[in-house]
Amino acid sequence: MDFLHVLVVLLESTIRVSVPLVFAALAGLFTERAGVFDIGLEGKMLGAAFAAGAAAAVTQSVWVGLVAAILVSVALSLVHGYASITQRGNQIVSGVAINFIVAGSTVILGEAWFRQGGRTPALAEGARFQTINFPDADMIREIPVLGPVYADLLSGHFLLTYLAFAMVPISWWILYRTRFGLRLRAVGENPGAVDTAGISVIWLRYRAVICCGILCGFAGAYLSLAMTAGFVKGMTAGKGYIALAALIFAKWRPLNIMFACLLFGFLDALAIRLQGTPLPLIGQVPVQLMQALPYILTVILLAGFIGKAIPPKAGGVPYVKER
Amino acid sequence: MSTPYAKLPGWVEYGLIPLINLAVAFLVAGLVVLLVGENPLEAAYHLINGAFGRGEYIGFTLYYATTFIFTGLAVAVAFHAGLFNIGGEGQAYVGGIGVALACLWLDQTMPWYVVFPLAIVGSAFFGALWAFLPGWLQAKRGSHIVITTIMFNFIASSLMVYLLTRVLKPLGSMAPQTRTFAEGGQLPKLDWLLSIFGLNIGTAPFNISFLLALAAAFAVWLLIWRTRLGYEMRTMGHSPSAARYAGISESRITVIAMMISGGLAGMMALNPIMGEQFRMQLDFVQGAGFVGIAVALMGRSHPGGIIPAAILFGVLYQGGAEIAFEMPSISRDMIVIIQGLVILFAGALENMFRPAITRAFAARGQRAAAVVQTKGA
Repeated sequence: MDFLHVLVVLLESTIRVSVPLVFAALAGLFTERAGVFDIGLEGKMLGAAFAAGAAAAVTQSVWVGLVAAILVSVALSLVHGYASITQRGNQIVSGVAINFIVAGSTVILGEAWFRQGGRTPALAEGARFQTINFPDADMIREIPVLGPVYADLLSGHFLLTYLAFAMVPISWWILYRTRFGLRLRAVGENPGAVDTAGISVIWLRYRAVICCGILCGFAGAYLSLAMTAGFVKGMTAGKGYIALAALIFAKWRPLNIMFACLLFGFLDALAIRLQGTPLPLIGQVPVQLMQALPYILTVILLAGFIGKAIPPKAGGVPYVKER
Repeated sequence: MSTPYAKLPGWVEYGLIPLINLAVAFLVAGLVVLLVGENPLEAAYHLINGAFGRGEYIGFTLYYATTFIFTGLAVAVAFHAGLFNIGGEGQAYVGGIGVALACLWLDQTMPWYVVFPLAIVGSAFFGALWAFLPGWLQAKRGSHIVITTIMFNFIASSLMVYLLTRVLKPLGSMAPQTRTFAEGGQLPKLDWLLSIFGLNIGTAPFNISFLLALAAAFAVWLLIWRTRLGYEMRTMGHSPSAARYAGISESRITVIAMMISGGLAGMMALNPIMGEQFRMQLDFVQGAGFVGIAVALMGRSHPGGIIPAAILFGVLYQGGAEIAFEMPSISRDMIVIIQGLVILFAGALENMFRPAITRAFAARGQRAAAVVQTKGA
């Protein structure tokens, strides 16, 4: 019983920390499948979190916050799109630039507007997302095994949490079962063929980049409107890069992305839980090792020691129409 | 892929276009200052004054520039081989181990000029080691260098936290840092260099590693443009297929270029550790590895461009501190924005103004040709 309790608590926090990863990794899935590399997930998420926190604090409305998050994130995506699609600039450089611009401006603007050391004001009840409790959750909790699973694991999350996990099959359906998805994947593998078929490579890639912006907007809004009540300076703390790692670890596939994010989220939750407690057999594991594990796993995967991660063929290459 | 742009004269390519891109980046930064409700011109005044107003300020500016020359060169060397080394941050961080080991070992018994060469070798060794793995993985296993170097940045940060909190920290101390080095682990300041110009260095940590940075810049120029290895690296950077056809081993060049790049990034650690703090602290790199990307992009990966670009960023860092002091609503994070804007406009959007400039020059060229023709007739 005690073990079950620990497990449920651990899994619950796993779900909590993996939500932004799922959103951001799916966001990366859309652009990278269309052939636009994006290491600016971190920046977009941070910008969205700031916009959400600021807008919700001013208007006291969680929905205005969410919309602001999406708008800012899409705007940043379009900057990335303009640089890497229209101007055919280096996509990595553009992503790095966006990360820096956002990291600096969220602090400067936050300080100028709210004067709370780069934070946005703490949000009241109505201005942030509330957890949703499933019917009879409190009554069912008493039932052994199934009770806690239903009441603590399935019920009691934020709307965005359910949305994140719903986005996994939705993204799969969009990418693999719609015309748009087929073309999007094609443009990431062989843009020349798509162009020959009379479809605009540029416009298709822009749409992929916008999809990425919307999803990053959700990720950011989750951070500042659900997970915590307000924006804190640098609150993404490398989550965008972990999401990128998860995306690669999942070999650019939606369902794998969910599992990769849950795995990385679980490692994170476990690292917090294990802090200072020795494990049987191995002894005390340094927290730093646990924190580095997602990155180490990704490197090992990339090296081809656990299967092979093959990126979209045209990824990172701007499309030049022959004249 | 063919470059869709016409060739421009050298001074336009390497002078005018970077300057225009830089000017636009600063204009946008000025808009941010306006948005915050401050006067951009006043900010510019504090920036210049804070960077050059006194001998001490100039010392600080050059101290920062030293760091950025190393990281800028690191990024540039990899660029020439067509590799994007985004891991300068991690390589510099790990390079610190080499400096710290040399200093902790000999600082109490040997003078600085014995410790310094060892620290140089140590920092370059550890930096190169940290770049070797991503390079090797790219060369032999085909994993993308950008992603692996990003991952290695995070791994380096975890590793260093571990080392500084558990291994290198003196017994009984709480702070995550090594002990303070004795005389042998402290580099002499370059006060004499500034006093030639009648400047007083004050407390600025401007030290001898600046000269090492200049030497490294010269060595990189020599390597890239005057040696066979450099030629092979540039060939691979321009056209991997041509390099393959010429019998240049792609994996060999990848690994070597990455190790040189990592070694240069690692040498950056000398400046803060032996030149300023006299101990290795948590996060001593402070983003210098990423500044290197901006410096290399602005300097067009040429040492002759990297040194002024590094000094410009030195001005931003030192002058930015002065702005933050004089204008409280603009914190040091302004530098991060400017850095991002420079990377955006000088890097990703470098071709934004090129069509217009090309057109302007084409028009001028035609006029000149017309004049010649009428004279001939």
